[in-house]
Amino acid sequence: MKSRILSGLGALALGMAASAAHAQVDPMQVRSWAAACANCHGTAGRAMPGNEPLAGQSKDEMMKKLMDFKSGAKPATIMHQLSKGYTDEQLAAIVAWFAAQKK
Amino acid sequence: MDRRQFIQAGSAASAASVLGLSAGCASTAGGAGGNVVVVGGGYGGATAAKYIRLWSEGRVNVTLVEPNDAFISCPISNLVIGGSKQMADITTPYDNLARRHGVKIVKDRAVAIDADKRQVRLAGGQTLSYDRLVLSPGIEFMWEALPGMKAPGAQDKVLHSWKAGPQTVALRKQLEAMPDGGVYALSIPLAPYRCPPGPYERACQVAHYFSQAKPKSKVLILDANDDVTSKGPLFKKAWADRYKGIIDYRPKHNLTDVDAATGTLKFEFNDDVKAQVLNVLPPQRAGDIAHHAGLTTANKRWCEVDWQTMESKAARNIHILGDALQVAPLMPKSGHMANQHGKVAAAAIVALLSGRQPNALPIYNNTCYSFVSDTDVVHVASVHRYDAAQKTMLTVPGSGGVSVAASELEGKYAMAWARNIWADTLA
Repeated sequence: MKSRILSGLGALALGMAASAAHAQVDPMQVRSWAAACANCHGTAGRAMPGNEPLAGQSKDEMMKKLMDFKSGAKPATIMHQLSKGYTDEQLAAIVAWFAAQKK
Repeated sequence: MDRRQFIQAGSAASAASVLGLSAGCASTAGGAGGNVVVVGGGYGGATAAKYIRLWSEGRVNVTLVEPNDAFISCPISNLVIGGSKQMADITTPYDNLARRHGVKIVKDRAVAIDADKRQVRLAGGQTLSYDRLVLSPGIEFMWEALPGMKAPGAQDKVLHSWKAGPQTVALRKQLEAMPDGGVYALSIPLAPYRCPPGPYERACQVAHYFSQAKPKSKVLILDANDDVTSKGPLFKKAWADRYKGIIDYRPKHNLTDVDAATGTLKFEFNDDVKAQVLNVLPPQRAGDIAHHAGLTTANKRWCEVDWQTMESKAARNIHILGDALQVAPLMPKSGHMANQHGKVAAAAIVALLSGRQPNALPIYNNTCYSFVSDTDVVHVASVHRYDAAQKTMLTVPGSGGVSVAASELEGKYAMAWARNIWADTLA
């Protein structure tokens, strides 16, 4: 219950973070951050079988997943460890970049 | 490379110009285009080549110099040694880099760099000019540390199998030929070396094979380090739970020589060890092309770079990637990391060639999966962020970690990782 409330708050904070990130972060920088996900999720998020594709997915859904990985609300083998390496603003910028890619 | 291949590479370049892939105006240095030569088509170099083409939208010409016909992955190669995968499973052709991305591939070996003239000389005698050079030279073995390995035939008998390829197959054959009841001895050098958990994964793969096919045989790990250098508790649990009585782990065994004729390993402080199959991972340094160009400024072994651009600290316009680097704190020498280096270099090179500032804040991750059997896997993960004050990459506090326990689920993710990184690097 506690984690659900927390992740709800996270999602709320997210909307604001996402718009702030757009204004501040150099798009070339964001493209490079996103490229670091391609090793597992495919170039520009177009994944090979076995891992989730990110290209053209819903920005809000991806962000909620990442925040739940970060909080521990969503169990994972590896993403709970990786998501903690990025600020919420950085994650928001990265998901916005993937959401804008062609599937 | 013969003359015909060079001419073919040349006509491929002109064809690309006609098709607009190099945007016609691309050949002048410092303009919107430019010429990049990439030496080495491993995880670092192939990724850099592809991403320079992608991110310059075809405006920067890229020539990849690589002597091998196809890419053979070191990650997953231990499973070929264990017998659960074949060479075809870890081999990917270079065709897509040329066909989809317009990378010019020259099948040759780079032998010398003239940094002032910005030229690379190839073994076949040709010279390539560059505006920016990317070196992804991998590792070379320091055979001088093991004098007996210079004896005639020693390197054919005592294998490293630490560059995936013919030696991967040859070691598998030695294990198949070994009678049950024999000993396989694996010698690990002091860190740093390519792929920290790789030797311990290999021990698991050989032990898995023995447990199925040769149950009286032993795996002897002779490690120069004080303890297991990566995923220690997870490997030790696998050895105790799965391979009890097969794997014998002995730390603090610093190898000083090998007598290949008698199958003997000699150590600094410990008694000699004899075994039927010797597998020696020698001490390592950056590949020859970087070493001979004077770029191994750290201990005469590894190359130091600016982490925002991957540009060498010793030579301008030369970017260095992968296992050849003097690593940042807690950064492994891994294929995953080399792929990430390739993208940092690609972004920086495209920016610099078009007069933009390179990215100020590189952030990237490492994930590394190790098979403790033919199906079950453990991982270590980390996130590395540029620190402007210390001018290096540091792991982000609170991030990263290892598996709770080995699992088949992570085995599935490990193969998904392999498919995705091979595609990201080469397709």
